[in-house]
Amino acid sequence: MTSLWLNAVLLIFLFIISISILRTRKLFSAIMLTSLFSLLCAAVFVGLDAVDVAFTEAAVGAGISTVLMLGALALIGSNAEDRSHTSTHRKAFAMCVSLFTGAVLLYGTIDMPRFGDHRAPAHQHVAPRYINTSPQEIGLPNMVTSVLASYRGYDTMGETLVVFTAGIAVFGLLGNVLKRQREKDVLPDVGEHDGEIVLGIFAKLMVAPIILFALYVQFHGDFGPGGGFQAGVIFAAALVLYALVFSVESLMLAVPLRAIRILMAAGITLYAGTGITTMLLGGQFLDYNLLAHNPVHGQHYGVFIVELGVGISVGAVMLSLFYSFMNYRPQQRRPGK
Amino acid sequence: MQWFYSHFNYVLAVLLLVIGLYTILSSHNLFKKLLGLSIFQVSISLFYISVGKVSGGTAPILIGDSTQGEVLYSNPLPHVLILTAIVVGVATLSLGLALLVRIHNAYGTIEEDEVSAKDRNQ
Repeated sequence: MTSLWLNAVLLIFLFIISISILRTRKLFSAIMLTSLFSLLCAAVFVGLDAVDVAFTEAAVGAGISTVLMLGALALIGSNAEDRSHTSTHRKAFAMCVSLFTGAVLLYGTIDMPRFGDHRAPAHQHVAPRYINTSPQEIGLPNMVTSVLASYRGYDTMGETLVVFTAGIAVFGLLGNVLKRQREKDVLPDVGEHDGEIVLGIFAKLMVAPIILFALYVQFHGDFGPGGGFQAGVIFAAALVLYALVFSVESLMLAVPLRAIRILMAAGITLYAGTGITTMLLGGQFLDYNLLAHNPVHGQHYGVFIVELGVGISVGAVMLSLFYSFMNYRPQQRRPGK
Repeated sequence: MQWFYSHFNYVLAVLLLVIGLYTILSSHNLFKKLLGLSIFQVSISLFYISVGKVSGGTAPILIGDSTQGEVLYSNPLPHVLILTAIVVGVATLSLGLALLVRIHNAYGTIEEDEVSAKDRNQ
């Protein structure tokens, strides 16, 4: 009962924050509110038993995506404001469309089963099988990992590929960082600046534990909450923290872009390679049963390798996104534009 | 009223979706539109996760050696779908941000109406 009340209060907070995101003109504040929104949302997910999702939302929504949005904001001017003077006509139109959509959706929820009803259709089809047989079939306590990496392995591979493609596309849009890095080719100043001593020491202390935690999340994800997606993002967050406190150049010396590019492709190759290996062993694509003599052991190996591939790919893509935004230098506008 | 209590999560998800959609439609600022899109996405995640919740259930991680249905678990399937959707969401968001930066570079503004006005004047 308490958790239900907590859930309701958090949801109302989410509502209030989303209203203030809508009304804030200053983009910097709007970004910070979005970060807070994600963090609260993660708390809601914990209340709804979705610990893996909460983990991801906290790492992605409140962490990496805030950094990327701030990076983009820095490129368009950190004092940028929403200067739109929307006409009443357009406002009315927008209000009509969104309220109509809302009304239709509310109409749809009228005959939905009660919240938390265990007899709801959503819990009838494949869910009982996942819950009842996955601990024996896959041999992993975390059912989310079993479903993610084994039952729905195709799906996850497709999604990792989407993340990879987005990374490539941002490379294309924001230009060749590698070339610029070579042009500079000077050793950056890695020393700590005055006034940033506390921040510097704190960051140095934190980076190693965060990386250790990312590895724990990666390799313990089969047994507890976590997995490749979260681990990759947390790993990237540790390095981003280092780059923000010291400098992007010093991070690029430690983790060069060339390595990031190779790792981006290596992760997804590891994933697809596992599928092709199982095909060569005489099974179907991503049928891990064939990876060992015992099917359950095979599943163990399969999930482990695939999650590692996801972790490598996602971590590398997140870092490459960060590099792209941090290294973009606006070109001179052509005359006449 | 009983209905409102038992469907509170769904109603709130719809409200968040409406706010997200309104932000996308009403604002001329492209950055604001992207923020609206994130709110929109979160509302859908919230809806899926709410559907997967079972009252009295626990997180879908096996407890002890109980192999039979003694423990009630929430539905793991929506969790998987939304977990990957969030990571894909940040990747597509960054793609949007990259486009935004390029638009700002080419036009000197990220206000939608000013961009189209500049296009018309050419």
